[in-house]
Amino acid sequence: MDFMNPRLPLGTWVSDFLDWFTATFQWLLDFITLILGGLYDILNLAFSTPIYLVMIVILAVVAYFAAGWKVALFTLIGFYVVRALDQWANTMSTLALVIVAVIVALIIAIPLGILAAKISWVSAVVKPILDFMQSMPALAYLVPAILMFGIGQTPGAIATIIFALPPGVRLTELAIRQVNSEVVEAGQAFGATSGHILTKIQIPLAMTTIMAGINQVIMLALSMVVLAGMVGAGGLGGAVVGGISSLDVPLAVEAGLSVVVVAIFLDRVTAALGQRTPIERARKAAAASS
Amino acid sequence: MSVVKASHVYKVFGKRQNEVVKRLEEGADRNDLTKLGMAAVIDASFEVEAGEIFVVMGLSGSGKSTLIRTLNGLWSTTSGSVEVLGTDLAKADASTVRKVRSKHVSMVFQHFALLPHRTVRENAAYSLEIQGMSKAKRLAKADEWLKTVGLDGWGDKYPQQLSGGMQQRVGLARALAAETDILLMDEAFSALDPLIRREMQEQLVELQSRLNKTIIFITHDLNEAMFLGDRIAVMRDGRIVQIGTAEEILTEPADDYIAEFVQDVDRTRVLTASSIMRQTKAFINVDSGPRLAMKTLEENNSSGLLVLDDDRTVLGLVSDRTVVTAAREGHRTLRDIVEKTDLYSVSPETPISELFAPSSTAKVPLTVVDENNRLLGIVPRVALLNSMADPGPATGEIPAVKEELEPLVVSPTAGENDSQDGAAFANEYDLPSESVSSNESVSSADAVEAGDDAERRGL
Repeated sequence: MDFMNPRLPLGTWVSDFLDWFTATFQWLLDFITLILGGLYDILNLAFSTPIYLVMIVILAVVAYFAAGWKVALFTLIGFYVVRALDQWANTMSTLALVIVAVIVALIIAIPLGILAAKISWVSAVVKPILDFMQSMPALAYLVPAILMFGIGQTPGAIATIIFALPPGVRLTELAIRQVNSEVVEAGQAFGATSGHILTKIQIPLAMTTIMAGINQVIMLALSMVVLAGMVGAGGLGGAVVGGISSLDVPLAVEAGLSVVVVAIFLDRVTAALGQRTPIERARKAAAASS
Repeated sequence: MSVVKASHVYKVFGKRQNEVVKRLEEGADRNDLTKLGMAAVIDASFEVEAGEIFVVMGLSGSGKSTLIRTLNGLWSTTSGSVEVLGTDLAKADASTVRKVRSKHVSMVFQHFALLPHRTVRENAAYSLEIQGMSKAKRLAKADEWLKTVGLDGWGDKYPQQLSGGMQQRVGLARALAAETDILLMDEAFSALDPLIRREMQEQLVELQSRLNKTIIFITHDLNEAMFLGDRIAVMRDGRIVQIGTAEEILTEPADDYIAEFVQDVDRTRVLTASSIMRQTKAFINVDSGPRLAMKTLEENNSSGLLVLDDDRTVLGLVSDRTVVTAAREGHRTLRDIVEKTDLYSVSPETPISELFAPSSTAKVPLTVVDENNRLLGIVPRVALLNSMADPGPATGEIPAVKEELEPLVVSPTAGENDSQDGAAFANEYDLPSESVSSNESVSSADAVEAGDDAERRGL
């Protein structure tokens, strides 16, 4: 290698590694595809099967109980407009993909965040990895994902999970660490086990911040799902990408607007859920009486 | 039997803890070892007896909070042992330690440490929840304890809805509900404002008289320590400097640090009648005749005598005038002329602060008697004034006396003298202040102990 004109073939190494990995762990990749693809198919089917009016009412009811009548009204009108823009099928597909990606991301992120809060070396290891995941351009995930999983929903879901995961871990760790140490000490002083302290003290008290993390995960997942349209994940992302590649302004605008409706719906509903944790209930009760 | 026993406890934070302990044992100063580790508790040994309130007092950074946390295993000791009811915490496994905590040692925290997402009742029941009691049972029991601490009817509120004092009562109810023998209280009242703090201290004393727990109480407030503590351990820079009763620490401080520390304490609340009472010879048996009484009066330069029974039970007093009259009228004993009206008796445990009011109106020194009304000593007014004078001119007591005694040698700068000079001044005033008080009440027997009024002697 010429010292003055260095060229590190890192890309080739990674590519070779991926080839090896794909060949060696094909069974694992197949399994992941089966799970993610299966979950997506089930949800997509569940969302798309009822006639759209029923589905809009269901979404509005969810919004009503989570966040009140204003959000419910927005949901009714917003999703009706989505149907009017002829993006209903795409929207349901995107919603299904987001939900699958978010569920998997949270299953990984929350326990990892708790571990990082409790064990300092886990935190030390996880932090740079999260930094890497967040600063790497999102599109760069897509190529290896295609290599490993082919075209379709799975690479889209994988890229979405990786992209949306970090705030979930970070905010969970922060939330647990922020819990008043004297209260934790009180649990210990009365002889509680660490499991009891975690489930009865730390998680309830951290719930508001954890919910903020979940909200972030959902919003990031939604933004990534659109990019995932590039790898053939379909849905609204596919429509936007299609609009760009064929300079189809009407399609791009209509799909883009539908993304906004879904985004507002998910954000308001999950943010409202963050206000319904036990600790927030206590705070409200206190505020109401004084 | 000692309930908690700490022997040679060291607690060091940092990387090379054992080396720090070794160096400290060799006599190194902890401030020279900060690169190796921070020694929070150094060689602490003490035993706490059942039913005692043991106060650990020290300023912040003295290691008292760390020390209390070694007593329930929240911190493990670096060296030394802590035994709670015979269980050595250092040798016990985690589940044994947890059992000790839930069954034997409960704790009250400085900032209450209540669970904000639970109601007051659920908070009070928390200790029982960990003990594994069923929900209905523990909530009922929590209600009882809330009632005991004066929070009847607040069970459905959340902690944020309560004032600081009430929140700490919930903390106390939670700790008491566990029905442990030992109660650790970590600066439990320090976050409360002074009035509430006083109220809580009194409530604690009242509860303790009923429940008879073993309480280990941490505080940085000397007055609180003196008010609550049966015994007090004073900590400084990680070491226990002195262990003793409030009076011992006040009257025999182990070193200059403690002496300086106790200087500002309100000693009238701590010192008791027994510590300032004096012996007297101005008493007489009730069966003695008036002539002997006159002789005793003369020997003591006194204008009155205490009249005692054979077993030193105080019956009353006789004044010089009545004795003379009785002698003239030919009484054989003093039994008929004993007066009880002016006599005021106190127990040896009465705080000095409660002596001022009776002393100011009484014509004779207060008598200190045991529970069977037997004479232990007397508290003349001068002794009371002297006890106040001890801390020095800063208390303002000296100048007040000084004004009335203008002719005496008092330098105008006396008020600026340091405390030792102040004490010396006070001693000089012993006699004059006595005469001032006896002048006020002409027929008084104030001078039972040391009066030297010439007119009286003429009697």
